[in-house]
Amino acid sequence: MNLFVLLKTVPDTVEELSVAADGKSLDAEWLRFKLGDADEHALEQALLLKEKHGGKVTVVAMDAPELDEALFMAYAKGADRVAKLTGELAGVQSLASARLFAAFLKQQGDPLPADTLVLVRSQAIDDLEGEIGPFLADLLGVPYIGVVTGVVPEGAGVKVTKEFAGGLRGEFSLPMPAVLGIQSAEKPPRYVPIAKVRAAMKSSTLETVDVTPEAPARVEVEKLYKPEAAGRAEMIEGSPEEVADRLVELLANQSLI
Amino acid sequence: MANGILILAEHLKGEVADITYEMLGAGRALADELKAPLHVAVIGPGAGAVTKGLGLADAVFTVDTPGAEVPAASTVAAVLQGLLAQKQDALVMVGWTNLAMGVGSVLSARADLPFVNFGKALRVEGGAVTVTSQLFGGKILSDVRLADGRGIIGVSAGAFPADAGRSDKAPTVEAVAVAVEAPPIQFVRFLEPEAGDVDITKQNVLVAVGRGIQTQDNISLAEELAEALGGAVCGSRPVVDQGWMPMSRQVGKSGMTVKPRLYLALGISGAPEHVEGMQNSQTIVAVNTDANAPIFDVARYGVCQDVLDLVPVLTEKIKARKG
Ligand SMILES: Cc1cc2nc3c(=O)[nH]c(=O)nc-3n(C[C@H](O)[C@H](O)[C@H](O)COP(=O)(O)OP(=O)(O)OC[C@H]3O[C@@H](n4cnc5c(N)ncnc54)[C@H](O)[C@@H]3O)c2cc1C
Ligand SMILES: Nc1ncnc2c1ncn2[C@@H]1O[C@H](COP(=O)(O)O)[C@@H](O)[C@H]1O
Repeated sequence: MNLFVLLKTVPDTVEELSVAADGKSLDAEWLRFKLGDADEHALEQALLLKEKHGGKVTVVAMDAPELDEALFMAYAKGADRVAKLTGELAGVQSLASARLFAAFLKQQGDPLPADTLVLVRSQAIDDLEGEIGPFLADLLGVPYIGVVTGVVPEGAGVKVTKEFAGGLRGEFSLPMPAVLGIQSAEKPPRYVPIAKVRAAMKSSTLETVDVTPEAPARVEVEKLYKPEAAGRAEMIEGSPEEVADRLVELLANQSLI
Repeated sequence: MANGILILAEHLKGEVADITYEMLGAGRALADELKAPLHVAVIGPGAGAVTKGLGLADAVFTVDTPGAEVPAASTVAAVLQGLLAQKQDALVMVGWTNLAMGVGSVLSARADLPFVNFGKALRVEGGAVTVTSQLFGGKILSDVRLADGRGIIGVSAGAFPADAGRSDKAPTVEAVAVAVEAPPIQFVRFLEPEAGDVDITKQNVLVAVGRGIQTQDNISLAEELAEALGGAVCGSRPVVDQGWMPMSRQVGKSGMTVKPRLYLALGISGAPEHVEGMQNSQTIVAVNTDANAPIFDVARYGVCQDVLDLVPVLTEKIKARKG
């Protein structure tokens, strides 16, 4: 199979996030970046498909902070080729990104080879549109389906599992080439020791492709801000002993114990 | 001038989903303020039969689509685009749900409309709608103003009360024909939820663990606490994705919606996709080492501590109290 994975690093939300002086973006100084969960799963799903059905995994990403380590990690995990799109990419939204990725993909074959699957994460946390997959599929003229948690090749296409709500899922079949928004891979993402990532840094190179984004931003943020403190929980302070005592009291008052 | 509001009804297996009513309540308020008509689109095979409770709309358009039960996002987007042109609507509301995922962005690309997803609050300011969205796992909010009145809003489940949007008044229903190409994606069948050993939607007390629990072994700490409280354990998506718990125990957008008397969230950040499944719990207690975690925005009580330090102590004290 001809497998492509689009990767992106996003701010790690376990860290403190603060709004920059312009009131419209995050203060970059303190941000730490990592691959999103679903990106990890998209890569894992591609690697699983390659292991089961053969083929090649190409990872593509737009240049961004702390990206290279994630890309070498992809090599260490088994990606065959890693390409980085470089250029003036700050503030590029989903549709504009999709155009860049679509152009890259078309360079790999136009039309795309019939056994091509493009795996992207189903949603992002850092972008108001939040979805690049549907844009990309539309630009490539191929089908898209998101919230995918299982992929099995079937004839000239694939059979996929998509999540709905409440544990209900649906099975869909679609022809290839296709773009899939991966939510979770069939197995938890594999772990690679950092030594293997370092080895990949020495033995492999990241291919770079210069790009020029177009498509103006269509959504303009008026302001970014943190949720109000007013609605926040009443915080219980003290040692674990003291906190536990207080919680037991509160729960008992509400007849919960 | 086109100024109507068009809501995409969400339905599965012939039932209208709550998100539809949530959008209807919010959409009615917007429509009244903007003096605009409020329309609902029911799209899919047999759409004409799925109009229950939609009486708040000024008109309901049903559009039958070819193919099996669940139409592809691109098909739904194509129908909405057709309706926009026919019905003079300017603003579209779609659920930010697994089912509707992809509809907003495809429509936005094809109809060249701005798409603002993850919408949690809506207000009219100077004749235009401002959307407040949750970004970065709920840690940051953003305001976007749809200045020229056109656009697509993705609405979070649970952002608005469903009861405010449900009406038994019989709506005006019009079957509309919109020609769409046969979709390349075929719905094959539903995969019903696997029945778990415990139905977490029926528990009075839930002890929920998130990635902050760190290892599979540590889950036993939560299990002991749940046992002491007479409840069950459940988890966030990463815990289930790791295979530490079955999917039947997942709370949130893809998982279950629960409303226990007590929901203890241990090491859960409070991402919107988790919160929509537990926000209506009676009492929420959250334990998280990050004082800024969004879970503290929905919790009644919060503890900023390591779960591994607190939980064993709490379990012992509860056991002692119960005697
Ligand atoms: C389409 C879609 C559907 C989704 N469906 C669901 C769903 O059904 N359910 C769901 O839960 N998520 C769902 N998600 C995922 C969701 O976006 C979040 O990624 C997820 O809820 C995060 O889980 P978490 O809080 O356990 O992990 P994290 O966000 O990583 O949070 C872990 C938290 O633990 C805290 N912590 C770390 N160590 C400790 C410690 N020792 N003691 C105390 N606290 C600690 C950290 O401060 C952090 O706040 C979905 C996402 C998408 C896009
Ligand atoms: N700026 C970007 N650089 C690299 N990959 C991206 C970028 N934007 C989106 N993607 C990828 O496209 C998919 C969906 O991203 P998003 O649009 O952010 O939901 C993910 O797999 C991302 O990794």
